[in-house]
Amino acid sequence: MDILTILIIIPTLTVLALIFAKGQKSYRTISAVGMGIQTVYSIYLLTRYLTERAEAGGETMLFRRTVEWFKPWNINYEIGVDGISVAMIILTAIITLTGVFVSWRVKELPKEFFVSLIVLSTGVFGFFISLDLFTMFLFYELAVIPMYLLIGIWGSGPREYAAMKLTLMLMGASALLLVGILGLYYHSPMVEGHHTFSMMAIAQAPMEHMDQLFFFPFVFVGFAVLGAMFPFHTWSPDGHASAPTAVSMLHAGVLMKMGGYGVFRVALLLMPTAAHEIGWIFMILAGGGILYGAFGALRQTDLKYINAYSSVSHLALVLFALLLMDVVSWSGSVLQMISHGLITALFFALIGMVYERTHTRDVTKMGGLLKIIPFIGMMYVMVGMASLGLPGMSGFAAELAIFVGAFQHSGTLERVLTIMAVLSIVVTAVYILRVVGKMLMGPVTNEAFKQMDKARWYEKTAAIILLACIIGIGVAPGGLYKLINESVTPLIELIQKGAL
Amino acid sequence: MNWIDIVTIMRDEWSIIGILILLLAGEILVDKKQLSMLIPVAIGLFVLHTAMSFIPGDKATLFGGMYRTNEMMHFMKAILNVAVLIILFQSYDWVKTTLLPNGMANAFYLLLFAVLSGMYFLISAGDFIMFFIGFELSTLPIAAMAAFQLKEMRSTEAGIKLVLLAGLASGIMLYGISLMYAVTGTLYFDGFLSAYYHEPLLVFGFILFLSGLAFKISLVPFHFWAPDVYEGAPIAITSLLSVVSKAASVFILMILLLTVFKDLSDAWKMVLYILAVLTMTIGNLFALRQTNMKRFLAFSSIAQAGFILLGILAGGAVGAATVIYFVLIYVFTNLGAFGVIQAIKDESGKEDMTDYTGLYRTNPKLSLVLVLALFSLAGIPPVAGFFGKFFLFSAAAGKGYYILLIIAVINVTISLYYYLLPIRAMLLRTSEHPIPAIRSSNMMRIGLLICVAGIMILGLYSPVYSFVLGLTQSWL
Repeated sequence: MDILTILIIIPTLTVLALIFAKGQKSYRTISAVGMGIQTVYSIYLLTRYLTERAEAGGETMLFRRTVEWFKPWNINYEIGVDGISVAMIILTAIITLTGVFVSWRVKELPKEFFVSLIVLSTGVFGFFISLDLFTMFLFYELAVIPMYLLIGIWGSGPREYAAMKLTLMLMGASALLLVGILGLYYHSPMVEGHHTFSMMAIAQAPMEHMDQLFFFPFVFVGFAVLGAMFPFHTWSPDGHASAPTAVSMLHAGVLMKMGGYGVFRVALLLMPTAAHEIGWIFMILAGGGILYGAFGALRQTDLKYINAYSSVSHLALVLFALLLMDVVSWSGSVLQMISHGLITALFFALIGMVYERTHTRDVTKMGGLLKIIPFIGMMYVMVGMASLGLPGMSGFAAELAIFVGAFQHSGTLERVLTIMAVLSIVVTAVYILRVVGKMLMGPVTNEAFKQMDKARWYEKTAAIILLACIIGIGVAPGGLYKLINESVTPLIELIQKGAL
Repeated sequence: MNWIDIVTIMRDEWSIIGILILLLAGEILVDKKQLSMLIPVAIGLFVLHTAMSFIPGDKATLFGGMYRTNEMMHFMKAILNVAVLIILFQSYDWVKTTLLPNGMANAFYLLLFAVLSGMYFLISAGDFIMFFIGFELSTLPIAAMAAFQLKEMRSTEAGIKLVLLAGLASGIMLYGISLMYAVTGTLYFDGFLSAYYHEPLLVFGFILFLSGLAFKISLVPFHFWAPDVYEGAPIAITSLLSVVSKAASVFILMILLLTVFKDLSDAWKMVLYILAVLTMTIGNLFALRQTNMKRFLAFSSIAQAGFILLGILAGGAVGAATVIYFVLIYVFTNLGAFGVIQAIKDESGKEDMTDYTGLYRTNPKLSLVLVLALFSLAGIPPVAGFFGKFFLFSAAAGKGYYILLIIAVINVTISLYYYLLPIRAMLLRTSEHPIPAIRSSNMMRIGLLICVAGIMILGLYSPVYSFVLGLTQSWL
């Protein structure tokens, strides 16, 4: 059994154990243990990766393995990782684990909840290790569909509506993606007389420019919808608001990053000349989305909606940086994916904790919570600082890299959008600080809140794990940045070679 | 051509006729009190028959070319056998409680096996006479069976509608065949078109002929009989119509279009394109509003037939392979869904989606089977439906049908909405009075289990597709 497939085996075994288990307490324990093992294993993978990378020659992807699956179609179970994938895998493992902790007390149908959650994560892990378009697409859809059940059954508010809207929009996007993938398959040069789904092969020999122009929008939009690009982001605020806490964490923290990952792994890498020519259209949408998300968050009073729009804004920054297609911007955008993933997961976790106690997400109805639930309040302040890019936290490092990379582009469009993006930091600061001030500081507005529980052990565990990562990356981003940069550089070189 | 050849090559046909004769003898000779014994006998014999059909067949022609078979056609018959077998398992309870007291149980099996034999002749036809015999034999007995839901007016209505409209359709088809004969002078499939393929009269006859087949596959706009007939007929017959009958007609349509009418392809490709778009879209749009589960699955199967046309349009060994593969998966998927509906109807008499609310809390395993079937219908991994749809679309893309592909994937997304509706009722919602826990009989469980196994395995297990592709490659 190779090192990467184990990443899929562990969650699958966890699901099987869950199916056969009985008893309320055992479900959450099995899930925590399973995801704990997965987290430890992904860190082990990182160490193995670093040693291999030091020894390896010019190989971009390590731990590769190809198993013939559907020979007539040349579909293979082809897997491999580079620094970016490894980072995303660790992110997923951490967020799934903390998601399990945050859901410790789920009451209704707990077995089904944890099964759905871990099936979802299996899809995500498979997505990040896939190097074959068919396999990647399969894991992508596998990750989307449990969302319907998770939001529909365990969510709150208009959960049926939110679940249906989210599922239909994301599956609609994957329908477009299917068209794009088939286009990539049939129009890329053949390898040994066969069409191929292999991403590595297509990256080395991209298809004709005219064909690229036709299929690029399909693939880009297909992934960008998942990344909540304006104007296809409308599933996100309602979806996040109605979802249970762990699901919001996973979704904003990981699934939306799948969109960003797909954008550069598939759309930009495999169709670079089209990206250069028509990417500016999507750059405008992404750039607009940065400010749109920020201003949208400004108007909200519901905590989850604020965070949802904030995610739209931060992810639009990721997409914008990806479309710039240079080494620093790409490294920055991957770093931002990881950083924002951790930050938003922590945000949603804390919001969930607050909601569970106050039974409201309305900021105007809360006040002075810092006095009542100091741990949660303090965490909220710190993650708020991270979100607005305070140095010392991961958000600063990521955004700095993106802006440095963006400023290298002297075209008018890029300049204007970069300046807009930088300005959005101010708007972010406004809505973050406003919430902190309104909700946490000041006098206690609702006397009933004074009886609230302090933070419990599982909540503290989840929060501390996430915050530790955020601060760790913020204080010492070099290691992670190098990991990403080493893998981004050959990719950009490949694109630029193709463009000549 | 000696007697031994005839028996071994046509062994499926002889076997089913043998079963028919045995059942007929039983009907006449067996004492009335002991008639219930015939049911397990019929099912047992059919299990043997199905098992035997998995022995591979060879390419052969008989009776001067009127009957022909090859490995692919033999596999198609095997698929039909498995489908009928699953229906037998799932309908066992209904037959025992509803038909047996009225002495109609044996009639049910006789008619069912007659229909199946008609389908064999339909697929193995080597000329239009044999084709027509098979066509009629595989349609008319179903009309009688559609009225078997005794004491329900809708059932009788279904039977009459089917008989009348099927009669109309076969009349038109026969007229088309006679016009084509007038032009070419031969009824044999081999070398049928030769020099005549752009004669206007021939094309006209061909269109009429195609209409008759389109009726049977319930393509839009020839589908108007389907919703009422599917709703009124007993569930076993609805499954027979929407799964087995559709599968057989799709198979023969594909065989005819890709071999006999190959030279007319510029004509029928355009027709099929329009039919595909209409069928996918209208089937979907109508399914959105259905709450009766039988009508729901009826419209869903109409839309799925539209997708199948994409594979026929793609043509070639690959297109044909994707069609057969998709139909195979479609059989298991739909019969799984119908099985659950039958189980629920048997116990509680309910077949409306609103009655399914909260079903997961009382009947988790049964709900799960339906969930799996619905996911497979919607084309969601990792169940087989995903692979069936993906390969079908891939075949179409390979021949450049990108606009059609875009329409198809939009329809897949729309269909996801209505496939999620029963899931929403069963899992997301709870009810004050859900349907109580159902204990299905062993036969029903076996039927459902076969379907679940098919849904889970047929996609992921790649040799299945390679096997089917091998069959079509040696055919074309």
